Amino acid sequence: MVEATKLIHKYLRHDKKFPHVWCPGCGNGILLGSLIRAIDTTGLEKDEIVIVSGIGCSGRISVYVDFNTLHSTHGRALTFATGIKLANPKLNVIVIMGDGDATAIGGNHFIHAARRNLDLTAVVVNNNIYGMTGGQYSPTTPYGAFAATAIYGNIEHAFSIAELAVAAGAGMVSRGTVYHTSMLDELIAKAILKPGFSVVEVVSHCHTQYGRRNNMDSPVEMLRWQKETAVRVEKSKEMTLEQLRGKFTIGILADRDLPVYTEEYEKVREAARARALERGKPDGKV
Amino acid sequence: MTAKRPPGRQLLLQGNEAIVEGALAAGCRFFAGYPITPATEISEVMSYRLPAVGGVFIQMEDEIASLGAAIGASLAGMKSMTATSGPGFSLMQENLGFACAAEVPCVIVNVMRGGPSTGLPTNASQGDVMQARWGTHGDHPIIVLAVSTTQDCFSATVRAFNLSEKYRTPVILLADEIVAHTREKIYLPHPEEVEVIDRIRPNMPPDWYLPYEDNSRGVPPMSVFGDGYRYHVTGLIHDLRGFPTERQDEISAFLGRIFRKISQHFFDIMQVEEEMTEDAEILVVAYGSVSRSARRAVREARDRRVKAGLIQLVTLWPFPRQAVEPALRRVRATLVPELNMGQMSREIKRINQGATRIETLNRTDGNLITPNEILARLLRM
Repeated sequence: MVEATKLIHKYLRHDKKFPHVWCPGCGNGILLGSLIRAIDTTGLEKDEIVIVSGIGCSGRISVYVDFNTLHSTHGRALTFATGIKLANPKLNVIVIMGDGDATAIGGNHFIHAARRNLDLTAVVVNNNIYGMTGGQYSPTTPYGAFAATAIYGNIEHAFSIAELAVAAGAGMVSRGTVYHTSMLDELIAKAILKPGFSVVEVVSHCHTQYGRRNNMDSPVEMLRWQKETAVRVEKSKEMTLEQLRGKFTIGILADRDLPVYTEEYEKVREAARARALERGKPDGKV
Repeated sequence: MTAKRPPGRQLLLQGNEAIVEGALAAGCRFFAGYPITPATEISEVMSYRLPAVGGVFIQMEDEIASLGAAIGASLAGMKSMTATSGPGFSLMQENLGFACAAEVPCVIVNVMRGGPSTGLPTNASQGDVMQARWGTHGDHPIIVLAVSTTQDCFSATVRAFNLSEKYRTPVILLADEIVAHTREKIYLPHPEEVEVIDRIRPNMPPDWYLPYEDNSRGVPPMSVFGDGYRYHVTGLIHDLRGFPTERQDEISAFLGRIFRKISQHFFDIMQVEEEMTEDAEILVVAYGSVSRSARRAVREARDRRVKAGLIQLVTLWPFPRQAVEPALRRVRATLVPELNMGQMSREIKRINQGATRIETLNRTDGNLITPNEILARLLRM
């Protein structure tokens, strides 16, 4: 309890009025705790940390934390983060987006940020719905689920966010849930410390908009669903396809060392400077 | 006797290249762009000039991402720019509004081409004038400059950065395909002769910092991410601390201040070039490439004893009302030649309120209005 109070005092903005905007029982509240616990273990200075968030319930997280924070436009958080990181590579940039923000309107930016392997940490909070606007279906709403714009059942099939990120070239991809909070703390901390593009998909719940329409009225039911449906990635390797049907894996799904964008760009700078000196034009005029 | 040559390097440059020189001279060290005719040269030149001076160039996946990255870079302390044409400018509108609301300095170059839609990629127009003012949703102030020569391209770009930093606002630089691609002589001043203005940063203890506090200038000091002030930036309407608000008094105060910070400094922002307007009986109001044809036409009209005068608008928005209105009241008739169906003429008619006769000369076929076309109209007026 004392530990929690210390973290709250250190990392939450003192002049921002609480209570927060989220519903009682929302997964975003759990993520907020996980985020500050993870950051605390990294030992990074508050001044060096930038939180960029998108639009939606998850996007509201940035105003509560005592870092350099940016609440940007819908789907474009990764683009603002790209500019921030390139302008000052010493900053640690963590980008928090919802499933709609990152994979619908922001899908293109998501795959390109992964492709570039910029040193950013992308936390995608996936509650399978557009919560803030009242419960419309998102690219991760399951087939057959009910939503405000799918009252006869969703006819689209869901993206698999983690697999998308791996294919696009992200250096580290992991998935956690707001039920498995200790694991989530670790995954986020590792993602922050890993150079390159790290994606943490956070399986979360929206009992107010999604659960209510899909027979899971309470956050407890939805957390129980996460507990029963998640399989640790190590354990999944010993399971058959039949056993894995309907489940999802949690843990670190990919961890590779790929060239980091800022390091590659430093080579471009060296080449440009060398060429400029060679031509006797220090301002680089070719 | 030969005229005294201005100091500085003499070069033969394209308008687009001169824009890059202006940006670099003003301290721009970040450029994010996406290729689009006729602005692509700006990206290309930036891609090899910036890394040589310790800056950053990145080609983003689209124009929306380009402006997003430029805004992010500005928040992290680098003067930043992006460049595009009509279709890309349309895409940038949402983030442009964000920069207005969050008061982030940055420069957006729009090299206008024929529109609407894909339009005429390799032909000029002046069709985005109203869009530059009102393209992004909601009530917002904006500064828009127009260029007509390669020399302009350099000096207006420097000015765009300075105004952007001074007033914490995005500034749009409107060029057109003709000035962008025309290669002509330009005198680049020595770097130490270029006046560069930087944003004012806070120096009080972080606990005392109110990032959106009003003051006599209406422009709050802007801290840079990582400097120790740890503030919140959002596109939601916010209070003095940057936190979202729905309180009526805070909303009015915010919107009032961002409009006032521009209108209060109108005379600093307004820039026009006048030629022979003191005793003019017929006035021509023009901007961009058309102002070059207009200047020639006005001089030829004078040779034929027609008292014509020219006001060339360099600042398009806020509209240089104080410079134009007195002239409108003095003259018999005014001609507004534009490469569009009549956009600036609407604004001129609005402030004219019937004081003088306003005529328009519109051309939208992708070609420049010639001096002879303007002269022929002047002689008939």
